Amino acid sequence: MSRAETGTPVARTPSPLWSLGLLRSELATTFRRWRTLALLGVLAAVPVLVGIAVKIETGDGSPAGGGGGGEGPAFIAQVTNNGLFLVFTALAATLPFFLPMAVGVVAGDAIAGEANAGTLRYLLVAPAGRTRLLLTKYATTMVFCLAATLVVALSALAVGALLFPLGDLTTISGTRIGFAEGLGRALLIALAVAASLTGIAALGLFVSTLTNSGIAAMATTVGLLITVQILDQIPQLDALHPYLFSHYWLSFADLMREPVLWDDLTRNLGLQALYAAVFGSAAWARFTAKDINA
Amino acid sequence: MGPYESDDSTTARRRKAARYVVPVAVVGVAAGTIGLVPALADSGSPDLPKITAEQLVQKIAESDVQRLSGTVKITTDLGLPDLGGLEGALGGAGAPGGEGDGSAADPSAKLTELATGTHTLRVAADGPDRQRLSVLEDAAEYSLIHNGKDVWGYDSASNEVFHGTADDAGQHTGESPATPKDFAEQALKAVDDTTSVTVDGTAQVAGRDAYKLLIEPRQSGSTVGAISIAVDAKTGLPLKFTLTPASGGAAVIDAGFTRISYARPDAATFDFTPPKGAKVTEESEAGRPVTPQEEKDLAKGLEETFGKGAAGSEGAKGAEGPEGMKVIGEGWTSVAVLGTGESIPGGIPGGDEVGGDLGGFLDSLGDRVKGDFGSGTVFKTRLINALITDDGTVYAGAVTKEALVKAAESER
Repeated sequence: MSRAETGTPVARTPSPLWSLGLLRSELATTFRRWRTLALLGVLAAVPVLVGIAVKIETGDGSPAGGGGGGEGPAFIAQVTNNGLFLVFTALAATLPFFLPMAVGVVAGDAIAGEANAGTLRYLLVAPAGRTRLLLTKYATTMVFCLAATLVVALSALAVGALLFPLGDLTTISGTRIGFAEGLGRALLIALAVAASLTGIAALGLFVSTLTNSGIAAMATTVGLLITVQILDQIPQLDALHPYLFSHYWLSFADLMREPVLWDDLTRNLGLQALYAAVFGSAAWARFTAKDINA
Repeated sequence: MGPYESDDSTTARRRKAARYVVPVAVVGVAAGTIGLVPALADSGSPDLPKITAEQLVQKIAESDVQRLSGTVKITTDLGLPDLGGLEGALGGAGAPGGEGDGSAADPSAKLTELATGTHTLRVAADGPDRQRLSVLEDAAEYSLIHNGKDVWGYDSASNEVFHGTADDAGQHTGESPATPKDFAEQALKAVDDTTSVTVDGTAQVAGRDAYKLLIEPRQSGSTVGAISIAVDAKTGLPLKFTLTPASGGAAVIDAGFTRISYARPDAATFDFTPPKGAKVTEESEAGRPVTPQEEKDLAKGLEETFGKGAAGSEGAKGAEGPEGMKVIGEGWTSVAVLGTGESIPGGIPGGDEVGGDLGGFLDSLGDRVKGDFGSGTVFKTRLINALITDDGTVYAGAVTKEALVKAAESER
């Protein structure tokens, strides 16, 4: 564990309350930013757009998805019959790009943004230590992952309840579950989606420690996201796919099977934990050894 | 450490570099775990009492597993070009009455998709009246549920339902033609004096101890190299079926349980009510024969797709085959002959029938051959080869091109 080595004799071992305070102030700074609010606003708008589009398309009684099967985001065919499915559709629609992009922006900005604004050294003057600051930044990013996912889910639930009927739902295996259990599954799915984003959050944080330009870090993270998504589509790279952080993202849909198929879900969690460990420790190695000039 | 501590800059730099050992170590540990875990999980061959091939075949025949649930992984690599939707369309057209306005939940169209690629299936059974088979897709699932009199097909991607009835509970076996058991039964039908059957050690499949039964054709000219069946040592249920082609390479068919439980599945597993707003197609509306028959056709269709080889002497029972079909030869090298105008197994129409540009395209997929029978085109896959002569006769079987030409010549 390394300190900022400011020579401050007091508070060598800050109390846990202290880092909680740091986390709280970080959260407040992040969520009060206009940029963050705008990102969350865009995310909240996606389910509204999807919901209205489905409503208009099916206004004449034709089923969504064209009946051909499998076009559009997952679950879209069921949305008209049960508004709860809009939650799943919205998450399936935002997970490939909107959600990770928002996380990439927040994570990429975490260290580099402070360095860019010249506030990083002030943060380090406080007797928190670099490791603690980094952990706080990562925790803040994870909270943002969860918040962003919940914003999409809640917005979808609200739109779904307004535009479509709610009630018992049919799992994709064809069995029926009650509305309460359906809500429970929706919450589990939101958690699974949020957990899917921890890998790119760690990656973004690492990139953020490499540069002093917030914009560069965000652009790199989002660029990496797009690159990985493209690589995941190339069949010749089949052997590589299970190690790409986005490969098991859509496994959250397995929570809608009866019984739940855990294989890919656990693989996804393991992969995200691996990315978090590798890039988290790389970020630590870089950040604690870095010359802070700004 | 802090930048202003660098009075001894070499030490400081070394310490900084040392930190990167942590992420590297994490990668190393992860790689080691990924490499080791499957090796440990593959716990080799369990010790089981010796058993003869006859006893093992007997065990399979006597096996009476009524209740099970599990996950089956099936990989088929027939060496067909990946035609995507086109192939599905052809397969659908090959099925009887397939031209009826298709419901996405129609079993015949859906299960033909199993003929290529890798699929994960979930199966559950509770007695002869209640079975279900689900094909797991990305964020969607196709389920075929048989519960008493009803047979439901549900396609979650399109939210469409197919409904049929099983009139005679006995007649509708509901057995999916995709489990290792179905393949094994077909393979065992082929066992005769042209076949060598041996017990090839033991293995662990889906956490169960199993014997491995090895079936090899003795005749030359067959494209089937070997069939390996892993049989549950306790219950006699075939757990894994692997068909390797004589030409070597990856298995043509590899179907095996990855998870199995012999406990009674939850009763709710077999309940199905069409979801609100789902498009329901009744089998009578679809203008087709009833489902039990259709399921049989399906099984047959899959057999045909997967080969007379897997079915072996199936071909020898020509009387049961589609009308107009004749069989030359016996055992593994039997070749089916079909006249003109009949439906063609495998759904590959001859170039002549299609005519025009598409006909030329189809011809370009095969090899032109000449013989006493005139000339024709050989369409090849890794298992099944078919010779379509210019006068429209089709010779098909799990035999090499040479054997096919010879069969066609002997016919004249």
